[in-house]
Amino acid sequence: MDGLRKTYGDKVAVDEISLRVHEGEIFGILGPNGAGKSTTVESIAGLRVGDRGRIRVHGIDPWSDRAPVTEVLGVQLQEARLQAKITVQEALELWSAFYADPEPWAPLAERLGLGTQLRQRFENLSGGQQQRLSIALALIGRPRVVVLDELTTGLDPRARREVWDLVRDVRDRGVTVLLVTHSMEEAQALCDRIAIVDAGRIRALDTPAGLIEAASAATITTFETSVAVDLASLRELDGVTAARSEHGTVTVEGAEGVALAVIEALRTQGVTPLRLRVAAGSLDAAYLDLTETETDTETRQEALR
Amino acid sequence: MTSPTVAVIRTESRLFARERLSLFWIVLFPSLLLGVLGLIPSFREDTADLGGRSMIDLYVPVTVLLSMIMAAIMTMPPTLTGYRESGVLRRLGTTPARPSSILLGQLLVHAVAVAASSVIVIVLGRLVFGTPLPESPVGYVVAYVLALAVSLAIGSAITAVSPNGKAGQVVGMVVFFPSMFTAGVYVPVEVLSGTARDIISFTPYGAASNALNDAAAGTFPELVDLAVMGGWAVVLYLIAVRAFRWE
Repeated sequence: MDGLRKTYGDKVAVDEISLRVHEGEIFGILGPNGAGKSTTVESIAGLRVGDRGRIRVHGIDPWSDRAPVTEVLGVQLQEARLQAKITVQEALELWSAFYADPEPWAPLAERLGLGTQLRQRFENLSGGQQQRLSIALALIGRPRVVVLDELTTGLDPRARREVWDLVRDVRDRGVTVLLVTHSMEEAQALCDRIAIVDAGRIRALDTPAGLIEAASAATITTFETSVAVDLASLRELDGVTAARSEHGTVTVEGAEGVALAVIEALRTQGVTPLRLRVAAGSLDAAYLDLTETETDTETRQEALR
Repeated sequence: MTSPTVAVIRTESRLFARERLSLFWIVLFPSLLLGVLGLIPSFREDTADLGGRSMIDLYVPVTVLLSMIMAAIMTMPPTLTGYRESGVLRRLGTTPARPSSILLGQLLVHAVAVAASSVIVIVLGRLVFGTPLPESPVGYVVAYVLALAVSLAIGSAITAVSPNGKAGQVVGMVVFFPSMFTAGVYVPVEVLSGTARDIISFTPYGAASNALNDAAAGTFPELVDLAVMGGWAVVLYLIAVRAFRWE
């Protein structure tokens, strides 16, 4: 994808996004809601045509050759449902009829844990089952690339893990996976490489480990207080890269050993930290570094007061 | 391997067979109405004012049009706006199947349901109340096909201009009652005369009513009525095609 740009009216949804997804990897597009993620994948699927830029999926231009793209690209769209009264089996059979050489649907359904649900109507399936059916349909045409948009939204933790295992399975069979998510946990657990997108632009593109290393926070210290904390003095501590307060929870990011310095500083301020936690840096920090949202700015202003 | 379009149409037929409420309004309700009206003794008497026909004779074409109204205005637009809102159309757009095949499927299943309803109404009228069969079969078929085409055009236009299901319901209701009136559900169009009749004759169902009644009575429908239906159908399909949104 090269220089994709797409605007709706005066709103710029995607602003010059360029990226290259390697064959056989799980590539994550991570970003807050409204960052332009869905517009990006919908452009890849040929559902939208960008104002500028160029996209190739295995050499095919999805904007001018939409039909051939549908043969190599399986898509699971965010919040796209099926007909309420269609049964699992009917949906699988219908999708099988769309492709010249579909994967046999029965073993696929079995593998996705839908084997006992074949006669169930779509409207009666649980959220997790609907999601798994949607993934099955995305895979049935033996795609070489599969796009999964917000695939675990609304799933309970167990269903989420199951779906994750499935995605790894798909990758291990040699299918390239383009995963769109706003869950950092999901991106960290699954992706080989991640592009962090915000306000229609790519803010960073690296492996999960690379993103964490590059982040300003190797450790994250959080605590709650009932009284105001002098954030400015915390920021001046050695090794601290950021300190912010959100709804009474203070988060301090920085190098190793920052936690001890913070506790010391709080004691001199006469503040008792509650629910003190020290955690290793995660993708969260990298993400927060890179996606400046309005709430961040607000918190900063709050901190200055 | 069946073609994607055929597979989509087959699926839509199956799904439609599960919509009991739609089937009731399209297939059963018109026959029920005819049956209930037929129980009124005076409706079964031939009247000189009606050209020697009985009220129940006039209600056969009316109930034929009623099933078209039910299908095209009451059941098809909500199904299609629902497909659009829930992302069914968008999802289909990512497969080798054309999303338009689902629209075609819906038009077809509704047309078939209406045809079934019409056969039941005509046979019921004939067997139970002795209403005459259409005396100009060719004229009847021509009028019928045009009436069905204009009905589905109305439904398509409603679907296209409604940004969502709620708006679709409002637009549907606004179109529904005038359609019922001009089709003669409240008072058969044949009974009316003068300016009211002339105005109604320029509406799709007024023209349809004239044409079906002419054909039932044995004359070929007047060209003006056929032209009114055809004109409406063309205009409404153009509106539908221009205004339609996939999402």
